[in-house]
Amino acid sequence: MKEEGIELIKDGKRLDGRGFDELRPIKIEVGVLKRADGSCYFELGDNKVIAAVYGPREMHPRHAQDAKMAVLKYRYNMAPFSVDERKRPGPDRRSVEISKVSREALEPVIIKEFYPKTEIDVYVEILQSDAGTRTAGINAASVALADAGIPMKDLVSSVAVGKIDGEVVLDLNAVEDNYGEADMPIAMIARRNTITALQMDGRMTKDEFEKGLKLAMNACQQIYELQRTALIERYSEM
Amino acid sequence: MKRMYKVVIPGDFISEDVNRAGEGTYIEEGKVYAMRYGVVDEKDEIKVVPFVGKYQPAKGDVVIGRITEISFPYWIVDIASPYEARLHMSEVTSGGKKRVEFGSMHTYLDIDDLIVAKVTNTDAMMRIDLGLMEDFQLGGDGRLITIPYTKVPRIIGRKGSMIRMLKEKCNCFIFVAKNGRIWIRGKEEDMNLASEVILMIANEAHTSGLTDRVADFLDSYRSKMVRMDNKGLKR
Repeated sequence: MKEEGIELIKDGKRLDGRGFDELRPIKIEVGVLKRADGSCYFELGDNKVIAAVYGPREMHPRHAQDAKMAVLKYRYNMAPFSVDERKRPGPDRRSVEISKVSREALEPVIIKEFYPKTEIDVYVEILQSDAGTRTAGINAASVALADAGIPMKDLVSSVAVGKIDGEVVLDLNAVEDNYGEADMPIAMIARRNTITALQMDGRMTKDEFEKGLKLAMNACQQIYELQRTALIERYSEM
Repeated sequence: MKRMYKVVIPGDFISEDVNRAGEGTYIEEGKVYAMRYGVVDEKDEIKVVPFVGKYQPAKGDVVIGRITEISFPYWIVDIASPYEARLHMSEVTSGGKKRVEFGSMHTYLDIDDLIVAKVTNTDAMMRIDLGLMEDFQLGGDGRLITIPYTKVPRIIGRKGSMIRMLKEKCNCFIFVAKNGRIWIRGKEEDMNLASEVILMIANEAHTSGLTDRVADFLDSYRSKMVRMDNKGLKR
């Protein structure tokens, strides 16, 4: 990951002018897709993500049904035009992994026992990417699941922390991700401080890890509040 | 100004009164939390009424179903639920007095026919059995509309006040089934009005004073129509 020649921090500010513990601007819209059971459009800086939820619905193939609970399916997909160099469409090693990790980040909050033998489909489409799409996807999916009326214990919020120029910073953008030393996406149930997913790419010391975790926890609280406001406001403006 | 019911999202704290916790809530460490995105109803027990959701069949529910498949000796019925229901042949042949020849089931009920049925049994395998109601066949000049099943109680209103008003003022036959399907039959323009009002109720189900607002809407609509008639305008 490490490459020389790019200065990521100038005068205590990052390249886009943010402080170390600052999130990129977030925009959340609920119920953007008419034909989906639940949906959410999520922007995190230059990341633009749309999540659609269908179900619980009859599960096919039948042999994959679970007689005791619903099965959660999650598809993370990048649009070919979402990155600078055209991405070859279709699932690849990376998106299959992200789908699995994201699904497991959401599973702890979903109460699946209410609809045995069914499936809940979550489709996350990355329309524009600028590092941190998996966290944006989880945030969007969590809101879309609530919007679909799926029984849940809580919402999941997600953010990445990382290390650039030796400093632990919140919510890396694409340049920081490419030239930084570490990237660590985290998903958590913000109100309980329960971590549901954590990955790390690169190297951090134990102190740096703990510092990053603290940053992420605070940021997840902020994101949770925005998710909550978006959901509440949808039915308040009428 | 419309007054709102309290909107909650999954995980919101509602109350400490664990004994009154009802549908749409869960209890953790002696506190009641919301399990779904919806509005809180604390009339007798603490419930969260979700805005949307998938209908879960329960024994005794009266539903409107659509035949999707004929698989001797059952009709497979779509009941707007994640689970398909089945209707046994004997339901049509009044207890087996008449014999239905193999391959002639479609002469009784064919694919895409709409029926009114009662859920007679559900089991752990999520097999849903149906029994036919009297006047089970829906067809002809009626119209089917679908709303989220969670809003059915609002269409009916307290002790049926809303549905009674709708039937009277829209001049329609209206049948509301538990699974959110509604059958309307009447004159074309009456049906248009009825479906518009029903969708309005569904969209504003989370606000209070709805019955009065719907009454006002219907009255103003009717008087507008009369005025237009007097001016000799076309309806």
